[in-house]
Amino acid sequence: MRGLIYALSICAVIGLAFWAYGSGYGTRALERQVARLERDIGTRHQELSMLRAEWAYLNRPDRLHELAEMNFELLGLVPLSADHFAQTDQVAYPATTGPRELGFDWASRALETEIDGVIVMNHRPGEERDPVAPPAPARDGEQLP
Amino acid sequence: MRLPFSRRRVVATDPFVPVTPTVAPPRSAPVRENPEKTRRRAERRIKFTAICFVFGFSVIGAKMGAISASEAHEPATGGLAGAGIVSERADITDREGRVLATNVSATALYAQPHKMVDPAAAAEGLASVFPGMDAETWARRFTSGSKFYWLKGNISPEQQQAVFDLGEPGLLFGRREMRVYPNGPLAAHVLGGARYGEQDVRAAEIRGVAGVEAVFDEYLGDPAREGAPLRLSLDLSVQTAVERVLASGMDLMGAKGAAAILMDARTGEIVSMASLPDFDPNDRPQILVEGDRGDDPLFNRAVQGVYELGSTFKIFAVAQSLELGLTNAATMIDTSGPLRVNRFPIRDFHDYGPRLSVTDVIVESSNRGTARMALDIGAARQQAFLESLGFFAPTPVELTEAPGAKPIVPTRWPDITTATVSYGHGLSASPLHLATAYASLLGGGTRVTPTILARETPPEPGPRIVAPRVSAEARHMLRQVVTRGTASLAEVEGYRVGGKTGTADKPSPTGGYYNDKVITTFAGVFPAQDPAYVLVVTLDEPEIEAAGEARRTAGWTAVPVAAEIVRRIAPLLGLRPDFDAGSEAFGAYLASATGQ
Repeated sequence: MRGLIYALSICAVIGLAFWAYGSGYGTRALERQVARLERDIGTRHQELSMLRAEWAYLNRPDRLHELAEMNFELLGLVPLSADHFAQTDQVAYPATTGPRELGFDWASRALETEIDGVIVMNHRPGEERDPVAPPAPARDGEQLP
Repeated sequence: MRLPFSRRRVVATDPFVPVTPTVAPPRSAPVRENPEKTRRRAERRIKFTAICFVFGFSVIGAKMGAISASEAHEPATGGLAGAGIVSERADITDREGRVLATNVSATALYAQPHKMVDPAAAAEGLASVFPGMDAETWARRFTSGSKFYWLKGNISPEQQQAVFDLGEPGLLFGRREMRVYPNGPLAAHVLGGARYGEQDVRAAEIRGVAGVEAVFDEYLGDPAREGAPLRLSLDLSVQTAVERVLASGMDLMGAKGAAAILMDARTGEIVSMASLPDFDPNDRPQILVEGDRGDDPLFNRAVQGVYELGSTFKIFAVAQSLELGLTNAATMIDTSGPLRVNRFPIRDFHDYGPRLSVTDVIVESSNRGTARMALDIGAARQQAFLESLGFFAPTPVELTEAPGAKPIVPTRWPDITTATVSYGHGLSASPLHLATAYASLLGGGTRVTPTILARETPPEPGPRIVAPRVSAEARHMLRQVVTRGTASLAEVEGYRVGGKTGTADKPSPTGGYYNDKVITTFAGVFPAQDPAYVLVVTLDEPEIEAAGEARRTAGWTAVPVAAEIVRRIAPLLGLRPDFDAGSEAFGAYLASATGQ
């Protein structure tokens, strides 16, 4: 009996020693990993601050002003002025012409039918409009709007 | 075998002396053990205990030895985070968070001549990489026996590679952080600039030299804030527009300097502050050692320049007169001449007839009218009023230059001073003082504290200076200066600028005043009926050929520049143009002042 207890406790000591050493090594490995990650974060932060500085430098007002002037024909950017403000009722909304005016007979058409409790649309949106001619290719082959 | 710690064996005696039992002996008497066996067991136990103790103490001793022999270092976890991540100095941003100042990593070059293989070749190689370096001088220095030289504070990656390619072990690189102002000279006077303080081969300390960099030096470098940026009240796009317009205006008017301040009329936040000529804080020039300090590009005219600001002061005398109930807007004031105070004549630009209403005194800018009103108010009350507007002390704005810019106030205050100060002569103050006073007077009538930092919450209103009604009346008068008075060129469609012009002769260093050199100022508020911003524009020695003659008055010089500034920045500030004729009525002014 006593021998068994001795053997068990020795085994327990050995096992605990393994566990303790294992934990110690694990901790140290984790610490190294944390340190590496922190260094990594530090580098990334430095890169980030460098990029931020570069972004600020590339977006400096002087450069943007020059770019806007260089690309004026393309973009037509001008300084914001009081003329650019408008009342909402000054905004030109697309003309709302009723479908009846277009001569499309809505009354005689069933726009939807119910089949087995499912409503199916019979009407394709835009069907009532006059067909638009497809854009013709220009002489040099370029598509005109 | 004898163990080293075993004692000499002694003759064994029986340690257990039998005593007379005091209790009843057990039924069966114990078997007496062999004394020899007992002795051996005792000895074994003692040895075992001794071994344990020796082992324990030697482990402790070994650990103590290891601790004392090894180098001390802190536990790595947790403590390292601050060092690598947070850069040394926090960024400075504008109110929208756009970067005004930041850091980038850079490289410094230093030499350790005792490690050099060939000092002469190293010096020649350096001279070929850096055009400014003289090969002979450095060859002499490298062979002089010194062990350390700083060569360059900041070098580019290309230069670093070129130096690296020299293959000289005595040329070494140090890590640096470099302060960068990505927008160049924009807001240079506010930012100031930075330089290296204490430097080491591993790192260098960045110290602010002027402007907010110097005032917030500790704050920006405080690691506890973990690199949180310093947010200024400036707006980058507004600042750009102001500087551009001011620079072209300065060119057009042939002025040698200009300054502009745009301040939030309610909170005192400085949205834009410009002073021309300016400089690039990335490459801060040396202070001028000769010539006029006021012509130095480093000189912040908006804060440091104390000038006589001329007729822009008239509104203070009028507002005080209204506040004291001495007059109202329609009271007729005697503007007839000649007027002599303490034997000095007080003249007007031209004769305005026998009398003008108080409103017209401001609109026509009559010196005699304001002088008479100021004399009615009296010197003591006038001084108290100007003091409450902040004209007797430096401005509390967070710039290193501000505390040094004390207004020049007359020491004695006879009647002639009362009269001249009422139209802005004899008392010199900075454009920032004027902007603060206008914001205090017109923004609602309570004292406004100027600041360069973005406020998180609206500040508590300061002590009341004038009643809201007086503030509204003053704005209404200033509006009429623009619609039918001396500042007619300040009219900006939709933004209802109200303001006052001021033209002051420049004092000559030899005493007296120049005849042909002036400082012109426009101080205004927009929109006048609901004040949002105060604008002060000052031009130094402007002159423009207009309508057939050379003109120097503010109405022809500072006013058009100010109008162009308002035209450009008001939409940027998000102000809607207001074309409603009803806003021009005095009722609208009063309604905004009393909050109804």
